Amino acid sequence: MSRLSSFLSTGQQSSTDRRTAASRGPAPVRWNWGRPPGRVGAALRTWGVSTKDVLRLLRAAFLGAGAELAALALMATAAWLLLRAAERPPLAALTVAIVAVRTLALLRGGLRYAERLAGHEVVLRWLGALRARVYQALAPGSRYSGGDLVTRLVSDVDALQDAVLRWLLPAGVAALVGTAAVAVTATASAAAAAALVAGLLTAGGFLPWLVVRVTANAGKAHAPKRAELAEHAVELVTGQRELVAAGVLEEKRSTAHAVVDELAGSERTVSAKTALLAAAGTLVQLLTTVAVALLADASVPWTAALALAAMTAFEVVLPLIGAARRVPEIRASAARVRAVLAEPAASGTRTPGPGHFRLAAATLRHPGRAPALKNVDLDLPPGKRVGILGPSGAGKTTLLRLLLGTEIPTEGQVTLDGHPLAEYEDLSKVISGAEADAHVFHTTVRENLLIAKPGATDAEMREACETAGFDLALDRETGPDGDALSGGQRQRLILARAVLAAPPVLVLDEPVEGLDPAHGDAVLKRVLDTAKGTVVLVTHRPEHLDGFDEVLTLEDGRALPASAAGRRPGRP
Amino acid sequence: MPALPGLRRYLAVLSVLAVLTAGAILIQAEGLATLLTGGGVSWFLAAAIASRVALSLAHGVLGGRFAASVRGGLRRRLLESSSDRAGVVATQVTRGVDATDSYLTGYLPSLVVSVAVPVAVIVRLFTTDLTSALVVTATLPLIPVFAILVGKAASAQAERQWGLLTKLGGHFLDVVRGLGTLKVFGRASGQAEVVRSMARAHADATMKTLRVAFLSSLVLELVATLSVALVAVPIGFRLLGGGLDARTALLILVLAPEAYLPLRAAGAKFHAAAEGLTALREALAVPVVSVRTAARTRRRGAPSLVLERVSVSYDGVCALSEVDLSVPAGSHVALVGPSGSGKSTLLAVLLGFVPPTSGRVLVDGVDLRSLSPDGWLADIAWVPQRPTLFRGSLASNIALGLPGADIVTAARAAALDSVVAGLPAGYSTPVGELGEGLSAGQRQRIGLARALARTSAGLILLDEPTARLDARTEAAVLSATRRLLPDRTAVLVAHRPAMVSLADRVVELREGRIRTEVAA
Repeated sequence: MSRLSSFLSTGQQSSTDRRTAASRGPAPVRWNWGRPPGRVGAALRTWGVSTKDVLRLLRAAFLGAGAELAALALMATAAWLLLRAAERPPLAALTVAIVAVRTLALLRGGLRYAERLAGHEVVLRWLGALRARVYQALAPGSRYSGGDLVTRLVSDVDALQDAVLRWLLPAGVAALVGTAAVAVTATASAAAAAALVAGLLTAGGFLPWLVVRVTANAGKAHAPKRAELAEHAVELVTGQRELVAAGVLEEKRSTAHAVVDELAGSERTVSAKTALLAAAGTLVQLLTTVAVALLADASVPWTAALALAAMTAFEVVLPLIGAARRVPEIRASAARVRAVLAEPAASGTRTPGPGHFRLAAATLRHPGRAPALKNVDLDLPPGKRVGILGPSGAGKTTLLRLLLGTEIPTEGQVTLDGHPLAEYEDLSKVISGAEADAHVFHTTVRENLLIAKPGATDAEMREACETAGFDLALDRETGPDGDALSGGQRQRLILARAVLAAPPVLVLDEPVEGLDPAHGDAVLKRVLDTAKGTVVLVTHRPEHLDGFDEVLTLEDGRALPASAAGRRPGRP
Repeated sequence: MPALPGLRRYLAVLSVLAVLTAGAILIQAEGLATLLTGGGVSWFLAAAIASRVALSLAHGVLGGRFAASVRGGLRRRLLESSSDRAGVVATQVTRGVDATDSYLTGYLPSLVVSVAVPVAVIVRLFTTDLTSALVVTATLPLIPVFAILVGKAASAQAERQWGLLTKLGGHFLDVVRGLGTLKVFGRASGQAEVVRSMARAHADATMKTLRVAFLSSLVLELVATLSVALVAVPIGFRLLGGGLDARTALLILVLAPEAYLPLRAAGAKFHAAAEGLTALREALAVPVVSVRTAARTRRRGAPSLVLERVSVSYDGVCALSEVDLSVPAGSHVALVGPSGSGKSTLLAVLLGFVPPTSGRVLVDGVDLRSLSPDGWLADIAWVPQRPTLFRGSLASNIALGLPGADIVTAARAAALDSVVAGLPAGYSTPVGELGEGLSAGQRQRIGLARALARTSAGLILLDEPTARLDARTEAAVLSATRRLLPDRTAVLVAHRPAMVSLADRVVELREGRIRTEVAA
C-alpha cells in the first residue's frame, strides 16, 4: 500500500502546480498540418483522447473484428467443408478446409479474450486522464462545490466508460465485420452482396437509430413525471409524520402511486416499441440469409458458406439494437461532462496579505429562492472576534462562505483590504477553518491533517489534535468521508485540521455541534485560546460568545438590529 | 430480501416462451439445411422465420411489461421508506429503480432460454447423429464448470484486492466531494496529478483482476467454437465415406452452435445484470414505515397526560432518560432547555411517533400504545419545528387533512394574511411555485395556520412556533395561541420568554432529564 502514502497531494506550490499540471496533461492529438481540425478532431480534443488512445482503440476494434470474423469464417468453412465432402472429392481437396476449421476454432476465443482486455485497458487509461481533466476543470470554479450535483458528475464520467465499451467499440467491430462479409460476398455475387449491405445497414444503422429516437422521446416525455415522482418521494419522506398526524398519508401516497402507475404504463409502451424493433432485427437477419442463399449464384458449398457467414455477421450487428437504448442516457452524461470541461477557468492574480475583511450590504440570492443573505454588513479588522447566532437556515453558513470566497455576493461587496475577494489568487493563506460541511478524505488521519499544513511534523499534528480533543492515532484509517470514525471524532478531526492550519482569520461553523455539551465547551475554549488572530464563530449557543467583540444575529438572511440581538459587551 | 411480486408468473411465461423458442430453432435448422443444400425455401423455413420473429417480440413485450410492473412495485415500496434521507430516496425512486432493468429484461430471460434451448438441441441431435450429440453433451457442461472455477479464482483475487480497488476507484469521488475543503486550505489545484496517478493505479489493479475474470468467457468461446470443429470435421470424413447425406450433415452443423449461443448470451449479460441485481436488492432492502395499529378510542377533548419514567434512545444514544411528568387536563406546560436536550423527542413520544424504550405514557389513565393512532392524532394540533410544505395550493396546505376548515380565520390568526394578500392568486397560489421562495418564517406561519385550523383539537403541541419570526409577527402569533389555549391541554416547546409566559408551568430539560420545574 506504499502508493497510498501520497493519497492526497499536499504540495505547497499550489499555483505553479496548476500551470505545470495543465501542460503535463494527457498529450492531446496534435493537428499541425495547418487546417482546421474538423468535428472529429474537436471531439477528440474535448474528450482528451490522445493519439495513443486512438491507436489502442483501433487495436481493440481489429482484435474484436478478428474474433468475430474467425467465428464467421468457421461457420462458412465448416459448411463448405461438409457440402464439398458430400460431393466426394479426393481428401486432398479438403485438407486446407479441415486445418482452417480447427485453427479458426482456436483463434476466435483467443482473439476475443485479447479484444476484451485491450478494450478495457484503453477505456480505463482514458478514463483516468478524463477524470484528471474534469477535476482540473472543477478545481478553480466555485459553481460545482459539494452535493449531489458533484456525485452525479462523477457517475457521468464513469458512464462514458460504457459509451466506449458497450457502444463505440461494438459498433466499430460490427462495421469491420460487416464490411469484410460484404466484400467476400461481392466476389461471388453482386446481388447477394447488395442484399447483405441492405440487411446490415437496416439492422445495424436504421433500427438502432429508431431505438435511440424512441427512447430519447420517451425520456423527454417521462422527465416531468419522474421529477414529480422525486418530489413526491421527498414529501412523503420528510413530511411523513405531519401527513400521519393530519391523517392524509394514505391520500398523499395514492396520489404518488398514480404517478408511479402512469410511468409504468408509458414504460410498457416504450418497451413494446423497442421489442418490435428488436424483432424486426431478427426478421432482417433471417430474410437476408435467405436472400443471400437464393441470390448467391455459386456452387452449393460456396453458397452455403456465404449464407451462413451472412447469418453469423448479424450476430455481431443485432446487439447494437439493444445497446441503442442506453444511447440517450450516455449522451446526456456526455453533455454534462462536456459542459464542465468547457467552463473557462477564472482566477485572480492579487496576492493576499493578512488584512481587513469587510462585508458591505452583501446579498446572496440563488435564482428562484428567497435571498440566503440580505444586506449584511460586517467589519472584520485583524484580531477581531465575531460571533454569529441565529436559527438554522438563517444564513450563518452562507455568510462564512462569502468570507471564504467560495460564494460571490450577487449584490453588495465582500472585500479584503478594499479589493473584492475574486481579485485574489489564493485566500487560503489568510482565511480557513472548519466548515460545517467539511469533508474527511478516505485515507489516514495524518493525510487529512496534512492538507491543512503540508510538512507539519507529527508533534505539531499531535498538539493540534490535543487542542481539539481528538485522541486517535495519526495512522488511523478514516473510511469514506470519515465513516470509520464516530460523529464526534469526525467533528474533532475537522476542528484539529483548522487548529493546525492556524490561519490569520479562523472561521468555525458550529465546531462542537454534536459533542457532549460540557466536553464541547472545553474543546472550544481551548481552540479559542490557541487562536491568535481574527475569529468568526458560528454557533447557536450564546454562552460560547463570552468575550467576543461583536455578536451578529441573523434571521431569514437578515442581521437583527444589535439591540434586539442583545449586544454583548466587548472584551476589555 | 422479500420476493419480487409476479416473479413466479414471469418465470412461467418465460419458460413457455423458451420452450417455444427451442422448437422454432429446431424448425429453423431444418429449413436452413434444406435451403443450403439447394432445396429452396420450404414451408419449414417460412414458419420458422415467422415464429422466431413473433417469439422475439413476445419476449420483449412480456419482459417489458413485467419489468415495468416490478419497477412500479419497487417505487411504491420506496415511497413508504422510513429513511430520513429524502434526497437518497428521491434518487433511488427514479434512477435507482431504472438500473434493475438489466437484470429483469436482460439476464433473466436469457438464463431461462439457456436451459431450454441446449436441451432441445441435444435431444434433436441424439435422434439424428449419436457422435455429434455426444460431443455436444460432453462439452456443454464444461462451460458452467469452468465459469464457476474461473469465477471463484477471480473473486478470490478481487477480494484480495478489494480494499485497494474500492479505495482507488473511489478516490475521484472522494476528492471531488472534498473539493470545497481542499479549496479552503488552498490544496485544490495540486490534486489533479494525484487523481491521474490514482486512476492509473486503479487501471493497473483492475486489469490484473480482469485478466483472470475474462478467462471464463475465454473458456466459453473456446468450448463453443472447438465443439463446432469437433462436430464438423468427423462428419466431413463420414460424408466422404458416404455414410451420411449432405442435408443431415448441414442440419447438425447449423444446430450445434445453437446449443452454445444462449449460454454465451447469458454470460455476456452477466456483468450488467450484477449491477441490476444490486440495485434490486438495495430497493428491496429499504426499511419501510410500519404502521402501529391499536383499536381503543377515547372521548375527544382536553386529555390529561402522564409520563411514567419514560426513556428513549436512538441507536444506543439516550435522548430521554426516566422522565416523569404529569400534565393535567387543561393545563399548559412550557418545555425549555438547550437544543438537543430532548424537547422535540418528548413531543414525538406524546404524538405516538416514537415509542418509549422503557416507561409509558398514560392518556386519561390509558396507555397511549393501546389507543388507535388515527383517533388520537385527530385530536392533536401540532406545529413541528420545520413544517413541510406539500404540493398543492396554499389553501390545501393550511387545510391539510381538514377539507372544510376555515382557512381564512386560521391564516389571520397565524399572521399569514398579510403574506397571502401579496400573492397574485391568493390562497389558490400553488406552493410548489413559491416553496423555495418562502422565508423560513413564512413557512413557520403556514405550519402554525395548519394547527390553528384544527379548532376542535383537545391537545396542542407546539415546537418553537415563534422561532424565525420578527417581533411584530411574534406578538400576533402569541395572541392567536393565547386565544387557542383555554379548555385545551398544551405542551409548548419554547425558546423565548414571551412564549413561556403563556404556560402555567415551566419544565426544564437538560440532556434528556428533567432539571427543574417552576411555576410560571
